[in-house]
Amino acid sequence: MINWSIQGIEVLLALAAAPLFAGWIAQCRALLQNRKPPSIWLPYRNIRKLLMKEAVLAEHASPLFRVAPYIVFGTMICAAAIVPSTGTRLPFSNAADAIALVGLLATARVFMSLAAMDVGTAFGTLGARREMMVGFLAEPALLIVIFVASLISQSTALPVIAERLATETFVLYPSLAFTAVAFALVLLAENARLPVDNPSTHLELTMIHEAMLLEYSARHLALMEWSAALKLFNYACIGIALFLPWGEATGDAPTAAALLAAIPMLVLKLAVGGAVLAVAETVFAKLRVFRVPELLATAFLLAVLGLLVHLLLEG
Amino acid sequence: MSVTASLPDPMLLLVTLLSLWVVIGFLGLLRPTNLRLVARILFPLGAVVGVGIAVTAAWSIASPNEQWVLGIGLPDLPVHLRRDALSSVFLFLLGATSAGISIFGAGYFRRGEGTLPGLLCLQYHLFLAAMGAVLLADDAYSFMVSWESMALTSYFLVTTQHRIPEIRQAGFLYLLIAHLGAIGILLSFGVMQGGSWQFTFDAMRAAELPPTWASAAFLLAILGFGAKAGLVPLHVWLPEAHPAAPSPVSALMSGVMLKTAIYGVLRVSFDLLGDPAWWWGLVAMALGLFSAVYGVVFAAAQTDMKRLLAFSSIENIGLLFTGLGLTLIFYAAGMNAPAALALVAVLYHAINHAFMKSLLFIGTGSVLHATGQRNLGRLGGLIHRMPWVAWPTLIGALAIAGLPPLNGFVSEWLLLQAFLSAHQVPRLFLNMLLPLGAAVVALAAALAGYVMVKFFGVVFLGQPREAALSQAHDASWRERIGMIWLAAGCVLFGLLPNQVISVLALVPQQFGLLQPGATFGEWWRLDPVSGREASYAPLVFLLIVLFCVVGTIFVVSRIYRRRVRRSAPWDCGFARLDSRMQDTAEGFGQPIRHIFQPFFGMLRELPGPSDPAPHYRVVVSDRIWTSVYVPVATLVQRLAQTVVWLQQGRISTYLIYSLITLLVLLGFVL
Repeated sequence: MINWSIQGIEVLLALAAAPLFAGWIAQCRALLQNRKPPSIWLPYRNIRKLLMKEAVLAEHASPLFRVAPYIVFGTMICAAAIVPSTGTRLPFSNAADAIALVGLLATARVFMSLAAMDVGTAFGTLGARREMMVGFLAEPALLIVIFVASLISQSTALPVIAERLATETFVLYPSLAFTAVAFALVLLAENARLPVDNPSTHLELTMIHEAMLLEYSARHLALMEWSAALKLFNYACIGIALFLPWGEATGDAPTAAALLAAIPMLVLKLAVGGAVLAVAETVFAKLRVFRVPELLATAFLLAVLGLLVHLLLEG
Repeated sequence: MSVTASLPDPMLLLVTLLSLWVVIGFLGLLRPTNLRLVARILFPLGAVVGVGIAVTAAWSIASPNEQWVLGIGLPDLPVHLRRDALSSVFLFLLGATSAGISIFGAGYFRRGEGTLPGLLCLQYHLFLAAMGAVLLADDAYSFMVSWESMALTSYFLVTTQHRIPEIRQAGFLYLLIAHLGAIGILLSFGVMQGGSWQFTFDAMRAAELPPTWASAAFLLAILGFGAKAGLVPLHVWLPEAHPAAPSPVSALMSGVMLKTAIYGVLRVSFDLLGDPAWWWGLVAMALGLFSAVYGVVFAAAQTDMKRLLAFSSIENIGLLFTGLGLTLIFYAAGMNAPAALALVAVLYHAINHAFMKSLLFIGTGSVLHATGQRNLGRLGGLIHRMPWVAWPTLIGALAIAGLPPLNGFVSEWLLLQAFLSAHQVPRLFLNMLLPLGAAVVALAAALAGYVMVKFFGVVFLGQPREAALSQAHDASWRERIGMIWLAAGCVLFGLLPNQVISVLALVPQQFGLLQPGATFGEWWRLDPVSGREASYAPLVFLLIVLFCVVGTIFVVSRIYRRRVRRSAPWDCGFARLDSRMQDTAEGFGQPIRHIFQPFFGMLRELPGPSDPAPHYRVVVSDRIWTSVYVPVATLVQRLAQTVVWLQQGRISTYLIYSLITLLVLLGFVL
């Protein structure tokens, strides 16, 4: 029973805290750039405002365009249910392991790109093409990162990976160092952060994520923005599960106290992680789109290198 | 027991059904110009027979092997037939896929498109029956006869529109490589009989080959079957023949015929040869991985929708060979459980690919009929005009992109799970190299997603790129049934993997890789590896995703009370948007061309800055074609020219040649 409640708490926590996490990163960025920071609640206000507005759809938008935000949002909720953020005995993770999680994220990406192509504007198709370009390099890199963790822990279920890594006697895995760098690059690319994409500008010829959302308005846009925040939150939690799983409620039947202790731990990790992300975004300059594949190829090769290191040194 | 006793013998049923296909084919010849007879009666009948074969094969798969010796054939080598678990799996694939394609074909073929309808009906059904015969053959002679009938009938089907020179050329190339492959298979059988000069498969199973000869037989089989499967570098016929053929024929060739080659490799390497050397798998896997990446990269750069799908088939064949190689490596290392898992992944992917690729090919057929266009640059926005084509095609595209919970994901998942055991192979270096194969598989799978977004997005989404597209009509009801049949397959095979695997697992059991009664998890959950926590439950997964999506729709509709207004697209306030400003197929392929430049031979024409009529053109060509095939063809031509003086055109000269030949031969004999 406690595991089911952990499952429920995790999903609700992700839903509720994802915009806050995005707001926190925006605040850190503003502070680092000597700007007056926006309110940390700004993402919530944005979503509320968008939900109040009248939705405008392009004349020849197909049903696919209308249903895509719901599918993207739904898949992100499911992803939140697979990723262990506070407890490691998630019932849903029996139905979908880490490979399915990668597939789930790919589903969201494909639907988003298809929706972007649906109206047939120049920006939309351009964004879709670039999103898929980023995706096809980032997805295998992520898969190999997970592969290494699976080889270490003999499981492809993300909660089991997290639990094995958290409860083992502390061992430094050199392979995880490589894969952590690869994962960080994938996180930046997949969530449309600098140096791959700039989340805070529009109308740049280099934009990716925002270009795909140009035709959306009101509730559809609200869902898309919320799912973008959820995606970032999920990625951060995947990173925590793979590389910093300590402090999560483990074991067959964790106590309520363990769960209560796990939540502040998660908040702490996310706060630090968000700040680091903001620093990274401040330090890096935006890459030309042509250079993005090189960055992602580096991530892929680092992940593969991590795999080799694991097999050579740790196998 | 009593139930099985009262049912007819599965072998008898299968042979009868296959003969029925032949009969249906010849019935078409009675009134060869009568399209109605062919479309309304014969093709639907063929589809019913297909369903019958699929049902019989699925039902009989667990029953014991059966062998028949027919009283026809060569004097000392009558036709041997055999049905076992492996052939049943592929017969199921043949029957189930062809049922969908046939019912689609009933609505597809038109008057005045090359071959007469009745003749086409004959070729089509003989092609189906020949593929069935390949799967049942149990001696080299009947296998080769069926194999060659399959090649010939499909050649005639490819050249249905034989008045177009390019199509004749494509057909010729196909026939040429098919025969190159046939020579390889023939030689492989010749090696496998092992000096006994008995050409039944039983004799080959019994023959004790020395390792060198066994390896020679395996390599010849890879060459022979690889040519039919479209393994790089023998793939060149595929992207030519598929666009040339009518769409149902492309669907059959890509969906089913390529799988007979997979069947052949499985039959030779596991059944006839048995004891594999450790490096066989490595060869198959290296070829497979290269084909997978090569195929998918070229698919991303194509501008013709059927060529794109043909290259995507090369990718999938590559994945199949990768899995096959992995199976062989595990098998040779004595790791039976991972070998069984990899083999199940191969069989599963073969069935999946049959369904999804056939679905996509017949989808392009409907588009082609509705618009007359194969060029992606002249399509677009068809989801509005042709929803009955667009939505099933979307299912196929998502399935082939390997997205859960559809079928493509299941086989990919199984293959990756098999790869996770690869580091246990007890051979230094190999155990470190093998997991890297998983990285390549992951890359190919992700690229497949790119290709499918391009394919579906450019054809069905956006605005119509040509004015004529607004007259496009939706598919006829028979075409719709065919597409829905195949799309339903994609969904069901994705949702019920355990039911499928419990049947497929009989094949590894047949080869002794798996104990009878071994399970891959409970009925709803796939849990194939004991000792590793790795499970996937597509039904639960789908339910939860649906719950989340529907819940979101419900909640949003509750809190959101404003209406929805339609207006012109925003596009950052740019008012004069037209359909030419969308990404073209060339544009969508540009990142891939940029990243994978070494793969391509590229010809680019760029307009100058002051060009009054700017013209942009980019032609992508296959390096293997220009660097391997063209030199070989030139060499052959040059050789032919050096001996052309022999051909004098006078009978007296030829008689002298015969005389000289006779004398020389006599000299040998005496």
